[in-house]
Amino acid sequence: MSYSDKVLDHYENPRNVGALEADDASVGTGMVGAPACGDVMKLQIKVNDAGIIEEARFKTYGCGSAIASSSLVTEWVKGKTLDQALAIKNTAIAEELALPPVKIHCSILAEDAIKAAVADYRNKHEVVGTGYAACDPTVA
Amino acid sequence: MPKLPIYLDYSATTPIDPRVAEKMIPYLTEKFGNPASRSHAFGWDADQAVEQAREEVAGLVNCDPKEIVWTSGATESDNLAIKGAAQFYKGKGKHLITVRTEHKAVLDPMRELERQGFEVTYLDPEPNGLLDLDKFTAAIRPDTILASVMHVNNEIGVIQDIETIGEICRGKGVLFHVDAAQSTGKAPIDLARLKVDLMSFSAHKTYGPKGIGALYVRRKPRIRIEAQMHGGGHERGMRSGTLATHQIVGMGAAFRIAAEEMATENERIRYLRDKLWAGVSTLDEVHLNGDMQRRVPHNLNASFNFVEGESLMMAIKDLAVSSGSACTSASLEPSYVLKALGRNDELAHSSIRFSIGRFTTEQEIDYAVQLLHKHVGKLRDLSPLWDMHRAGVDLNSVQWAAH
Repeated sequence: MSYSDKVLDHYENPRNVGALEADDASVGTGMVGAPACGDVMKLQIKVNDAGIIEEARFKTYGCGSAIASSSLVTEWVKGKTLDQALAIKNTAIAEELALPPVKIHCSILAEDAIKAAVADYRNKHEVVGTGYAACDPTVA
Repeated sequence: MPKLPIYLDYSATTPIDPRVAEKMIPYLTEKFGNPASRSHAFGWDADQAVEQAREEVAGLVNCDPKEIVWTSGATESDNLAIKGAAQFYKGKGKHLITVRTEHKAVLDPMRELERQGFEVTYLDPEPNGLLDLDKFTAAIRPDTILASVMHVNNEIGVIQDIETIGEICRGKGVLFHVDAAQSTGKAPIDLARLKVDLMSFSAHKTYGPKGIGALYVRRKPRIRIEAQMHGGGHERGMRSGTLATHQIVGMGAAFRIAAEEMATENERIRYLRDKLWAGVSTLDEVHLNGDMQRRVPHNLNASFNFVEGESLMMAIKDLAVSSGSACTSASLEPSYVLKALGRNDELAHSSIRFSIGRFTTEQEIDYAVQLLHKHVGKLRDLSPLWDMHRAGVDLNSVQWAAH
């Protein structure tokens, strides 16, 4: 598989790797994918009082493009409102990273991870969400 | 520091041994004759070279040179053996037996025969990759005409007991085909003793050129096959097409070297493989795939749990290896061989095959071990599954959303 320089850059220098305190009320955690499918993404967002995502962290089990997709979205969600974060589409991720067609599912997974993290945050704050339940991208 | 990248994918293909290449070159230029030309010295010279190579190939596997049929490679040999024998003997029955861990060059001809109205039993191997011979015997029916079991598996390197399987087949009147693409020069083959009727060979897995192989077709008792390629009636009608003299010369030279050197070479390779395994098995959660004892010394297949194979290969890009990860295949399915062993999908996705060969050095193995130690840890630091494992979460108890 030949990857774009952007994928290689995110793979070799992944941004925002790590974990936030999942029990913290200001943190939303989304975990999507399945080990049997070869990729699992965990995305966490920390939302400030103004409703802005001020921090994001990820951990990913998966191929190079899955790692790059999740690394990229941690950069993209930062500074955005929840609704702005939800507006990030997999096509934009795939385009930014120039993912080959067989790797488009990695960008879909990254989009799902954002939705799951936002849903988890909103559940904690009892906001009626978008219909996405954490850890279950298939519910929508 | 060894020269990079380091080639550890000898089961995919091998370089041509320089001694082999040297033998081939004259047959590309001045000795260019068609071995089928009976009327002049150009043809005679080429024919003599082809027949000498036939003896060299027969020499490695201890058969009569007349039992060797040249083909374009092991895939063609498998097709010719399986489809050719099934079509010739279909009056006796239309049932065949094979194993789920066979190479696609065996499984796909079987699928084709199913389309033609044959019935095929696909046996599951045991978790160590080896065939349970009682299960094999039980699968034989009165209408079984052929069984095909590979000698050495391409992914996990395990050696099937073709000696006993051959006895069982002969006792039941079932033809026995063996795909030996991965075993020449690695495991001894004695066709005078083995009850094997058809055996497929490849040159390029044994330091010969690509594009040439052979099929052994037993003469006593005589095995008949229907040709799959029709033309000038070359190779006693079994495989038409002008013989590729230079390729054949290369295969002969490569198999002669294998016969002469395999005993000493395999000891050196076994030392390197054992050193590689000793080095990587000190990492946590590394699982060997396939039996360690009944295995060629060249192969190590291990799963680095909680690390996905393709991303590991990216990390260790200085090593040319292969993976059973779905991400390395177009189908997005992990290795069917590892799944047939009962390995779960995670371990199949996390597998790396290292295959060691004639030109691998100890320095390269040391470098590989060092690289793996560095990068497996780095990728696990990125892995949510590793965190969960360390927190004591049983990943099988988690309800994952399939996608």
